[in-house]
Amino acid sequence: MDVVQLKRQLIAFTELLFGEGFLDEQFNQLQQLQDENNPNFVAEVATLFFEDSERILNELANNLDKQSVDFKKVDAHVHQLKGSSSSIGAQRVQRVCIIFRNFCNERNVEGCLKCLQQLKHEYALVKSKLEALFSLEQQILAAGGSPSI
Amino acid sequence: MMESCNCFEPHWSADELLMKYQYISDFFIALAYFSIPLELIYFVKKSSVFPYRWVLVQFGAFIVLCGATHLINLWTFSMHTRTVEVVMTIAKVLTAVVSCATALMLVHIIPDLLSVKTRELFLKNKAAELDREMGLIRTQEETGRHVRMLTHEIRSTLDRHTILKTTLVELGRTLALEECALWMPTRTGLELQLSYTLHQQNPVGYTVPIHLPVINQVFGINRAVKISPNSPVARIRPVAGKYIPGEVVAVRVPLLHLSNFQINDWPELSTKRYALMVLMLPSDSARQWHVHELELVEVVADQVAVALSHAAILEESMRARDLLMEQNVALDLARREAETAIRARNDFLAVMNHEMRTPMHAIIALSSLLQETELTPEQRLMVETIMKSSNLLATLINDVLDLSRLEDGSLQLDDGTFNLHALFREVVNLIKPVASVKKLLLALNLAPDLPEYAVGDEKRLMQVILNIIGNAVKFSKDGSISVTAFVAKAEYLRDVKAPEFFPVPSDTHFYMRVQVKDSGSGISPQDLPKLFTTFAQNQAKSASRNSGGSGLGLAICKRFVNLMDGHIWVESKGLGKGCIATFIVKLGIPEQLKETKFLVMPKIPSSHVRSHFSGLKVLVMDENSVSRAVTKGLLLHLGCDVATVCSSSECLQAVSQEHRVVFMDVYVPGIDGYEMAVQIHKKFAKPHERPLIVALTGHADKVTKENYTGAGMDGVILKPISLEKMRMALSELLEHGLIFEAI
Repeated sequence: MDVVQLKRQLIAFTELLFGEGFLDEQFNQLQQLQDENNPNFVAEVATLFFEDSERILNELANNLDKQSVDFKKVDAHVHQLKGSSSSIGAQRVQRVCIIFRNFCNERNVEGCLKCLQQLKHEYALVKSKLEALFSLEQQILAAGGSPSI
Repeated sequence: MMESCNCFEPHWSADELLMKYQYISDFFIALAYFSIPLELIYFVKKSSVFPYRWVLVQFGAFIVLCGATHLINLWTFSMHTRTVEVVMTIAKVLTAVVSCATALMLVHIIPDLLSVKTRELFLKNKAAELDREMGLIRTQEETGRHVRMLTHEIRSTLDRHTILKTTLVELGRTLALEECALWMPTRTGLELQLSYTLHQQNPVGYTVPIHLPVINQVFGINRAVKISPNSPVARIRPVAGKYIPGEVVAVRVPLLHLSNFQINDWPELSTKRYALMVLMLPSDSARQWHVHELELVEVVADQVAVALSHAAILEESMRARDLLMEQNVALDLARREAETAIRARNDFLAVMNHEMRTPMHAIIALSSLLQETELTPEQRLMVETIMKSSNLLATLINDVLDLSRLEDGSLQLDDGTFNLHALFREVVNLIKPVASVKKLLLALNLAPDLPEYAVGDEKRLMQVILNIIGNAVKFSKDGSISVTAFVAKAEYLRDVKAPEFFPVPSDTHFYMRVQVKDSGSGISPQDLPKLFTTFAQNQAKSASRNSGGSGLGLAICKRFVNLMDGHIWVESKGLGKGCIATFIVKLGIPEQLKETKFLVMPKIPSSHVRSHFSGLKVLVMDENSVSRAVTKGLLLHLGCDVATVCSSSECLQAVSQEHRVVFMDVYVPGIDGYEMAVQIHKKFAKPHERPLIVALTGHADKVTKENYTGAGMDGVILKPISLEKMRMALSELLEHGLIFEAI
């Protein structure tokens, strides 16, 4: 596939991501910050995000599995995740975090568990989308073009 | 010579028959005279009490001697000896003595004896009287007992019907009545209705008019009155055959109401509402009403009145209490529903707010990106307008949430020092394009004495002005719009339409009056009061093409103006005659430049912003790896020399004089942030050696901003941070040493 087509694909895909709410303008900001001094900024941030999120999701699963749930801890973790997701612009993840925090405040274990499931789901989605995005960009780079919008 | 027998001759000749009779009589006399004392002794001995024993002895002696005399007389009928004569003489002498003594004694004694008799009679009378009185007392006591018992029965229940029934039954029993009835006044008060009777189970509901003379008579006095058995109130049973009806008595029973009781007086008996109690003695008996029975009836009637009023009062209070409980429950429910509704609305608003912000930020971000690219000057201007409008829109979105907070009263103004003149100019610049499209002339007139800087909520003031001018533009098809602003002097202040509005300028604040006059479609007089109601749109105006909006604008404006201790009103001469919108707000007079916490500098125009901060050494502290990386990326892009740490302890260790700025991500506006700032302040004694401390946080409102500045931070930036935001923040920070405002 040639560069132009790939680029068009990239643009369409990006629009889709934004349209569906997977990413928000914060992601744009990140892309802006990527320049020749910092060529892999977005990918690096994304990797950090993935690591952080997986760690937090595991912690959450552990904490909510206990007999008596320590909601403060759970809340702290969710807050972290919210911060991370908002920093990268993973909008849907961030939204679930907000709802999750509400359930934490109400000390509603059911709700928390549901949110955790949702979080895992959303995270998986956004991760796969981002990975797809990066692979497209790689393809463009390989084809000799520059993926910047 | 006389015979030596010494005999005496009888005095008379022997007339044998006469003498014989005398002889016999003397004998019997003697016998009687001797037996009388014997009888006396016998009977006296028998009776225990006889006060005159001495008299008796005397009398006995007298009688005995008399008897003896007569006995001795017997011997004198024939020849008798001298001895007999002597004895006779002695006896006679003795008898004479004793009789005289007795006669004398009797003079004393007979009156006594007679008086005994009198006394006896007297005592008998007394005894009879006492008997009578005893009988009376006993009757009275009986009556009293009956009254007590009746009262007890009546008072033992609080049920009206039971009270009345019991009264009749007990009265009937106590007084052995044939019939007993109670007539109650009807609702209209014009008739008496037979309500209760003793023997008839179902009173047939007779009524009699209340103004009969007999009834008036009974109602007129508070005693039981005997009435004729033929009067209508007494003719309860059908007259059956010939019988003599017993006596009938009627008494009034006052029906007392709550309102009859005054605190300081006893109830007046001019209550004018009475019931009638009629009591009938059994017919064909000769019984008559006795006084004590009448008294009993009167007492009972009074007791019944009191008991009835108690029952009535109790009923009323129970009813009132039930009603109140119902109302309480209903109110509680309503309150809870209202709370739920408010919470639901707030949640909705919060979510909507969030939803609305996202596209907003996309617009803001993309516009700022656009600004970075190559643009022609016109394009640049357009993009700038887009940015400003979208900022405004973001503010408006905030205000939709604010409105709910306004109505709850939880909104606080964001006071700060700002440039008043610049504000007006900016508003006009914003509106000018729209106005010119509609070929409207927009003129701004600022009074020369209007201060350049003022203290107030700049954003919201701008919103108010913009809204009013926007309305003027919206509803004018042609003509001109003039905006004037001046300081309201005392005499102007009285020209306000609200009589309660008494603004008083002082040294620390002044009142600004802004007037927007347009020559547009005007407003009809009946619509004027509805203008400031939330969501109420002007019907005539909504017909025009340019109408839109949710109708919130003026309502919010009014609330903001009120919060600013001001007043807003609109005048119009009618449809098609344009209108004048005026508002007065209270603004503070800014203090000297050096003393304000926030600098009284205008926002830096975009041309002065530094675009690159090469070599600026900064330190970023963030626990979250992702956001740390993003912030670092931001700052790197701006050319800074960034060092990162991930905890407060590391930060304290790493911070040095070389770092110009320290960016701290604070989890909650709480201990960590303060502690850090305090520690840094401690570490660097001299202020110019200390790096500037900026907090990055996701929550910010006026309260926490103050907390930060109070803790020694030099600024606060709200996340999410766009490139532009960071750039502006850094510029301001380095120029002025603190961040004025960062949206």
